[in-house]
Amino acid sequence: MLQEESDLALIIAQIVQKLKGSNLYAQLERQAWASLQRPEIKLESLKEDIKEFFKISGWEKKLQNAVYSELSVFPLPSHPAAPPEHLKEPLVYMRKAQGSWEKRILKSLNSMCTELSIPLARKRPVGEQKELLNKWNEMGTDEPDLSLFRPVYAPKDFLEVLINLRNPNYENGDSHSFRTHLGLIQVPLKVKDIPELKEFFVELGLTAGQLGVDDSTQVPPELFENEHVRIGQKVLSEQDSAAAQQYIRQGSPTALRAELWALILNISSQPEDILYYEQLKTNVIQHDLLVDSLIYKDVKLTASNDDYYFVFEDYLYQVLLCFSRDTSVLGHFAYSSASPPKSYIRGKLGLEEYAVFYPPNGVIPFHGFSMYVAPLCFLYHEPSKLYQIFREMYVRFFFRLHSISSHPSGIVSLCLLFETLLQTYLPQLFYHLREIGAQPLRISFKWMVRAFSGYLATDQLLLLWDRILGYNSLEILAVLAAAVFAFRAVNLMEVTSLAAAEAVLADLSTLKVMPLLQIFLFATVT
Amino acid sequence: GLDFDLQILFETRKNQNYKGHGLPKGKEREQRASIRFKTTLMNTLMDVLHHRPGWVEVKDEGEWDFYWCDVSWLRENFDHTYMDEHVRISHFRNHYELTRKNYMVKNLKRFRKQLEREAGKLEAAKCDFFPKTFEMPCEYHLFVEEFRKNPGITWIMKPVARSQGKGIFLFRRLKDIMDWKKDTRSSDDQKDDIPVENYVAQRYIENPYLIGGRKFDLRVYVLVMSYMPLRAWLYRDGFARFSNTRFTLNSIDDQYVHLTNVAVQKMSPDYHPKKGCKWMLQRFRQYLASKHGPEAVETLFSDMDNIFIRSLQSVQKVIISDKHCFELYGYDILIDQDFKPWLLEVNASPSLTASSQEDYELKTCLLEDTLHVVDMEARLTGREKRVGGFDLMWNDGPVSREDGAHDLSGMGNFVTNTHLGCVNDRKKQLRQLFRSLQGQKKTSN
Repeated sequence: MLQEESDLALIIAQIVQKLKGSNLYAQLERQAWASLQRPEIKLESLKEDIKEFFKISGWEKKLQNAVYSELSVFPLPSHPAAPPEHLKEPLVYMRKAQGSWEKRILKSLNSMCTELSIPLARKRPVGEQKELLNKWNEMGTDEPDLSLFRPVYAPKDFLEVLINLRNPNYENGDSHSFRTHLGLIQVPLKVKDIPELKEFFVELGLTAGQLGVDDSTQVPPELFENEHVRIGQKVLSEQDSAAAQQYIRQGSPTALRAELWALILNISSQPEDILYYEQLKTNVIQHDLLVDSLIYKDVKLTASNDDYYFVFEDYLYQVLLCFSRDTSVLGHFAYSSASPPKSYIRGKLGLEEYAVFYPPNGVIPFHGFSMYVAPLCFLYHEPSKLYQIFREMYVRFFFRLHSISSHPSGIVSLCLLFETLLQTYLPQLFYHLREIGAQPLRISFKWMVRAFSGYLATDQLLLLWDRILGYNSLEILAVLAAAVFAFRAVNLMEVTSLAAAEAVLADLSTLKVMPLLQIFLFATVT
Repeated sequence: GLDFDLQILFETRKNQNYKGHGLPKGKEREQRASIRFKTTLMNTLMDVLHHRPGWVEVKDEGEWDFYWCDVSWLRENFDHTYMDEHVRISHFRNHYELTRKNYMVKNLKRFRKQLEREAGKLEAAKCDFFPKTFEMPCEYHLFVEEFRKNPGITWIMKPVARSQGKGIFLFRRLKDIMDWKKDTRSSDDQKDDIPVENYVAQRYIENPYLIGGRKFDLRVYVLVMSYMPLRAWLYRDGFARFSNTRFTLNSIDDQYVHLTNVAVQKMSPDYHPKKGCKWMLQRFRQYLASKHGPEAVETLFSDMDNIFIRSLQSVQKVIISDKHCFELYGYDILIDQDFKPWLLEVNASPSLTASSQEDYELKTCLLEDTLHVVDMEARLTGREKRVGGFDLMWNDGPVSREDGAHDLSGMGNFVTNTHLGCVNDRKKQLRQLFRSLQGQKKTSN
């Protein structure tokens, strides 16, 4: 009992510490001072009266949302004496693997830099600054020569690293048994099985209404949809983050989605936020970074070629170029297994005083990175709001998809979850694909790394991301990947090569995610 | 199958006077062993016609039951071609009343005046979906008057009969057209026998609704089976065509910015064929709904229905409604920032060439469903309100939705049986439809 209390006290202390530095704290203080003018605030019962005032005026709700946000994002400390590395990643071998992966990436970036003799960063001449400012809203019309740039890495390079991950303390012997994991991932992490997933995703069950299933044309809206929309509007008017997160597990109505996501992610566009974005924009105008070219190349190769996202090309530059200069993103490295790459001012290699994080936000984009932003353009049209939402989505979820960690939502766990589900519940299919040299993970990896962006139809993708927000977990990506294989199992059993298997699974644009998930989780005999 | 039978029963019980959509009553229509078709087009249409069971192509001078002709053939041959009762042809004799910009403007103006006389200014205002247009050169002076009343706005000059964006330019000063007049006149002096091409000067819509900073227009398909009485179907699918470059009024010389025709975009230096620069209407509708909410979108789409119906009504009395004729129109609609839809033009021969796989699917399904509605095989009863992706929009009067339409806009706009940009589960619907039709035939025999 005592231990729990002291744990709680520790958590409270940490959250208070975090929030003290935030804008909300300053606002609350201001409000408290201003409230002294009010007639209902009496000196004898000052504390209670101010608390009451906060409750009525909605400020308590805002504080609640902020606390909830912190709880969702920050992992709870396992032990007060745990060193900061443990918060990032408790397992040593994972930390080491992430470290060497980062070294490789940085080496690749540096060598590209020397090959092309382009500096990592340079200040733009005034003329160029003016030109860029004029073209800010249509950077997509620029066609710089990007032929010499290559993406620093592609998802399949990352997959090779994950395949070679081993826990040095784990010895499973040479003999194969029915327990032997047949997949590519060979690390013993705990993943949920279907009974546990059913419990975790209980709101997706067959007896509960879902958007993505029960709002189809055949179902009369009185059965579920109308009521669900009404509840959604109520949740929005209450401005309650926790309630919104619970609500969205059953999907978000199209018209309410933008606001709901903002509420769950605790984003409200304050003047300070808009100013901050403008500051980032100024940074982009003044300095040119090598990663900018990587971003350009990525957008041109992926989003611009997409049938639906090509329209938003300009927004992608406006978000991603600013993102790479945003040092507030460095904060997420406290709970990510990754560490920002360090670079040194020219000629001062090794001298810590001249070390800088490169890029400023510590995140080196890879091939397909811009697809994290593209679906958001459907919902948010004001650049600073779009930016904030993306940044929050990144530091809460997306960063886990390209860093090596043991976290249940990390890509390693997702891969293992996918393979385990397939091996356990579709063993014949798994074995067949393995025999023909088409390890299922080789096909589904790219879906999960991109959180299915660019593979599913946009409306389906948004329904999927609703659930990511609702459950504060990326595990649903692995479940969906397995469900897709289950859905196309009949065709897959007939293929005889990896290329043919890829062809069967090449086009996911017609899939309806919610029925697939429901059938896989709740309607398959286990 | 059963649900469709119930629907028919429900309809007849609800409205005993429900009119069929144009099939001869009483006498049983002939069922033909095979249908001989003819066409000169070599694109998706050819694929669809060849794949239709029981349809055979006739070449050269053979007799045909169905001809998907081009307008030039029609102009030269229609008047002296005899057609049996069952024969169908894909254009109305004088479709240009609707599709040539100068005629359409004339007809619309006249219809508007009539509406104002009969039903008042408010009703007539519903015809204000066409930007102010003047025929050149005959209405030149009227144009100048209007021009002077609105200094600084942009105008667009369009040839009446050309398509694919040819011959169009923008201008802001009278001087620009003076120069152009001089140019055309001087070239005509050299070739006296070629008549002066007619143009229209139209007010350019300077505040188009933009998506991703780009201008776009909508292509919508309307199938007219007869004008007297007016029977029109609206196809659920269509697309939004994006300009490849960002919209700005600074560069009115850059026709690639302002013209969204795919044909023009294909020539733009930025054009990458992989892109296609089109969005299906479903995607467009979803995007608007997530940005503006479903009610605003409903209002916009019902305003578009208004455009289709009134434009057809305006030429109803002028077009020769030959029972052999049907026509598939391509409507070009532009939305402005106030969410008002504008009619840019109506095409009698919308492009049937596919620019991508998705486009190919859309056009083949569109053409298949067109042939289902034309019904050479004499399968339909004539009381259907939906055939595949087509919804019956107007049947000598508004066609209501099953669930009892309520007028959302409150403005007395038509709330028709249309589902533009909505889910198009045509395969399923066609299966149910034809299965039940087969069932009915069996019971009646």
